Amino acid sequence: MPKDNADEKGGIGAATTRREDFRFLTGAGQYTDDITLQGQTHAVFARSDVANGVIKSIDTSTAMGMPGVLAIFTGEDFVDVGGNPAGWLINSRDGEPMKEPKRPVLAHGKVRHVGDAYAAVIAETKQQAQDAVEAIEADIEELPAVIDMASAVAGGGLVHDEIETNVCFDWGWIEDNRAATDAAIKAAPHVTTLELVNNRLVPNAMEPRASIADYNAGTDEYTLYTTSQNPHLTRLLISAFVLGIPENKLRVVAPDVGGGFGSKIYHYGEEALVLAAAKKLKRPVKWTASRSEAFLTDAHGRDHVTKIELACEKDGTFIAFRTETMANVGAYLSNFSTATPTFLHGTLMAGNYTVPNVYVNVKAVFTNTAPVDAYRGAGRPEATYSIERVIDMCARELGIDPIELRRKNFVKPDQYPFASAAGLEYDSGNYDAQMDKLEALIDRDGFAARRAESEKNGKLRGLGVNAYIEACGIAPSNLVGILGSRVGLYDAATVRVNATGNLSVMVGAHSHGQGHETAFPQVVADMLGVDPASIDIVHGDTAKIPFGMGTYGSRSLAVCGSAVVRATEKIIAKAKKIAAHMLEAAEGDIELSDGQFSVAGTDKSVSFGEVALKAYIPHQFPIEDIEPGLEETAFYDPANFTYPSGAYACEVEVDPETGKVTVERFAAADDFGNIINPMIVTGQVHGGLGQGIGQALIEQTAYDESGQLLSASYMDYAMPRADDLPFYQVDHSDGTPCTHNPLGVKGCGEAGAIGSPPTVVNAVVDAIQSGGMDVTHVDMPLTPARVWNAMQG
Amino acid sequence: MYEFDLTRPTTIADAVAALNEEDAQALGGGQTLIPTMKQRLAMPSKLVSLGAIPEMKGVCMSDAGEVCIGGATPHAVVSAEATAFPGLADLAGQIGDPAVRNRGTIGGSLANNDPSACYPAAALAAGATIVTNSREIAADDFFEGMFETSLEEGEIITEVRFPVPEVSHYEKFLQPASRFALVGVMVAKFADGVRVAVTGASENGVFRWKEAEQALSANFSADAVSDLALSGDEMISDLHGSGEYRAHLVNVMTGRAVKAAS
Ligand SMILES: Cc1cc2nc3c(=O)[nH]c(=O)nc-3n(C[C@H](O)[C@H](O)[C@H](O)COP(=O)(O)OP(=O)(O)OC[C@H]3O[C@@H](n4cnc5c(N)ncnc54)[C@H](O)[C@@H]3O)c2cc1C
Repeated sequence: MPKDNADEKGGIGAATTRREDFRFLTGAGQYTDDITLQGQTHAVFARSDVANGVIKSIDTSTAMGMPGVLAIFTGEDFVDVGGNPAGWLINSRDGEPMKEPKRPVLAHGKVRHVGDAYAAVIAETKQQAQDAVEAIEADIEELPAVIDMASAVAGGGLVHDEIETNVCFDWGWIEDNRAATDAAIKAAPHVTTLELVNNRLVPNAMEPRASIADYNAGTDEYTLYTTSQNPHLTRLLISAFVLGIPENKLRVVAPDVGGGFGSKIYHYGEEALVLAAAKKLKRPVKWTASRSEAFLTDAHGRDHVTKIELACEKDGTFIAFRTETMANVGAYLSNFSTATPTFLHGTLMAGNYTVPNVYVNVKAVFTNTAPVDAYRGAGRPEATYSIERVIDMCARELGIDPIELRRKNFVKPDQYPFASAAGLEYDSGNYDAQMDKLEALIDRDGFAARRAESEKNGKLRGLGVNAYIEACGIAPSNLVGILGSRVGLYDAATVRVNATGNLSVMVGAHSHGQGHETAFPQVVADMLGVDPASIDIVHGDTAKIPFGMGTYGSRSLAVCGSAVVRATEKIIAKAKKIAAHMLEAAEGDIELSDGQFSVAGTDKSVSFGEVALKAYIPHQFPIEDIEPGLEETAFYDPANFTYPSGAYACEVEVDPETGKVTVERFAAADDFGNIINPMIVTGQVHGGLGQGIGQALIEQTAYDESGQLLSASYMDYAMPRADDLPFYQVDHSDGTPCTHNPLGVKGCGEAGAIGSPPTVVNAVVDAIQSGGMDVTHVDMPLTPARVWNAMQG
Repeated sequence: MYEFDLTRPTTIADAVAALNEEDAQALGGGQTLIPTMKQRLAMPSKLVSLGAIPEMKGVCMSDAGEVCIGGATPHAVVSAEATAFPGLADLAGQIGDPAVRNRGTIGGSLANNDPSACYPAAALAAGATIVTNSREIAADDFFEGMFETSLEEGEIITEVRFPVPEVSHYEKFLQPASRFALVGVMVAKFADGVRVAVTGASENGVFRWKEAEQALSANFSADAVSDLALSGDEMISDLHGSGEYRAHLVNVMTGRAVKAAS
């Protein structure tokens, strides 16, 4: 699809620099905490310092009398309002629906994790609110904490007494395939078994969560400014479930948002609290999380413990994958926490392979830890990690080259559409072609020489490879509805051509680092033949945009971008009618090219701008046939998921004396289908790789037995820095277009974080084994201490 | 943070007087103290900034050939100007990031005596003299365990004097998150023997590894220490590494420091 002159015109395929970066880099961004409203007050939360405890009493009398204090809320104030719901209903293998304990605005009766908010003070200044929080006397009787998943399942204490178990659900996918998979594994000539941990991650968006609520007593309208990836979803949750504010009385604005990575998809209790407080006080109420609050209360990611088995023939032909996983959901169900370890994970368990049998069992487990939910990749990194680690181990056991073993089992280009054994229908791909590209990018032939060089310097060098597939562009509402989703997953766009010919495009997707303000105009400009600079994207404000489902799951371009295309097609159709009238020609004879409407085979034409003007100044206008104005809305609901895929490789050096791993080379060959802006795509891949390498090597979330978060600051939680990362070789050219959306795009936001962790771990195991040590697996993160320990045997 | 007053005296005498007030505390670069205050873990009523006292800033040579560093000198200045003691300049350049090095001071670092901090290793390995407003303290008598020193209430470090070794090197193994020393070893070879100071590792804070000193004084080569073993028993054990791992790293880092210094 990229056109030869794309860069010149800034249309589809142009590597246009991101226009939004100017305001971000010059400090002109407008984030939630930058907003100050007239008469604003400040909220500060009292948070539990124990992981599990009974709230015996909360005495706020002293605090209430302190300077500047306006109101204090406790869980008692919210007993009559709804709970924050789970967006996806999962049924257990026995048909029982999952357990859904209520997630209250403020803890009531019990606190369930360190950081659980049980009270909030509203005061004139933040300082005063902090002082008053310290004066709240809470009598909380500490109970033994339930931290480790295995013991949580085995019994012991309960996180939620009323559900009488810590197991939220025990899910099988696909239950009908279970017997066949068990039988196939039993009869298989070779079975590789691996137990692994997919480590818990703290999202660490650069901007912590923040919210300001404003209440207009004259109109009974609320405005909530908040750090959200999906303002309409947040509004829906608050209106329909939590506070019952009518949707048409609640405006949710997500202004510039400094990163989300999933953690800002969800509605959190702090948003409901500031809304309730703003109404009570009739003054705006602001809350901004500290970094410590972010560590303790943002929804964390991953946290799976998995046993995976790969059964195959002696020649390496795959027969079956079977997994048993415990997925930590933390103390409460966050909005997508039940979908992430199930449908975003189990359905990907066939990987890129023609394996005939797949069975996945997932137990979701409540613990006294922060809630866990979707984090960049969401379920798919967990699937890829399990599959690609066990394949690597299997290749070593069978003495087959790991690349050859993968190739042997790849779905081949002539097999699409391909029905995977895990229940998805892959529409397009070419995994061998990506692997070819990868081998060249990483210079596989040069590896032996580089390894010899490393060994000369006393280092062990390893090469790791990986192939991944993900299901993105979520998703077909009809399908996800059958699977238990309680929401639709379409998106929407309104294209408004203004009278003077420039355009405003209102989109349901939200941009918090993805570059929509640059990429979406490229699509519209390309279709209309106008200058992209004449097109502005409007997003993040429910008062301005059509009802969209926001940004996550690498869906913005595939789903919302497709809605933009559909709306623009409607604009073109109507504009052609107007042009036909202006040119006194038949509508069918009008052609649009380079921003000019012309009559086929003649030199008669009018410009896009002239048509726009006519639409809004409809003099001599066929008002009986055509409405004035030029504005169209489209909702787009995809026919299938999209299936980005790729092959990654990396080379690491391991220092045998210290266990320190350095990533020396990293190559990523991705298939994202068609590419709208290759520079933005490269940036998205780089970001994902940074997060994935961070997970593989240094990011460690540790709770102690009593439920204290040991890694609750940057002193102990390692975020990847530039010098932890290598220069990347990234190639996403010549993708296989998605077959079912109008742009042929697949989504690129999560790929890097999905494909890189197993690549790194495979490389480290390769390096260690090259030193003659019998190490078959090391759990992430591969910190120096862990790698050294593993090497000690 | 709680509210506090700030004063910026320009002489040591005024600073000492200001510190006599109840709950007053010295402020160096604030790189440790300010984050602690932000988390409301410290609540001094008054901060006495040492950053405006000219006699406490800068690097110079004493007549005895020591490198003398004012107590309020930031790490970046030491890194750039302590050229007479390259091992020390190099160590200062490895502390934190540029912002930390431009603000944080040697006096603050030594007074704080974080068990993972870098300067304590330099002071102990070089046998430095810590000069305060009231006395001179030998490095060997200064460090008294994690976050503990022999400083009295209100006493401030005005200068640190480092004898210059023939050769020296600081080998730092980074804790992946904080990038303080998971283990850091400073080796300093003087005419009358070798001193080895270890930071990051011990539950008792920075310490001299006497066994290695003896071995290296006899034979200044990495081989001389390769067979020495430390016990992991009193070493720090946390999510970044066990005591056993740290003990092992002390050995590796010492060998590397010697190699780099020779
Ligand atoms: C991101 C980051 C990374 C860091 N990395 C490292 C590292 O790799 N290695 C390392 O060693 N350190 C590191 N540090 C700590 C840094 O070196 C600090 O500068 C140092 O620990 C404290 O020095 P300061 O001048 O900032 O002291 P302050 O924070 O101002 O004070 C610390 C304490 O010392 C007292 N004090 C200050 N000056 C004096 C004085 N002259 N006499 C007596 N008492 C005094 C104060 O009252 C306070 O109790 C890091 C810090 C940060 C924030």
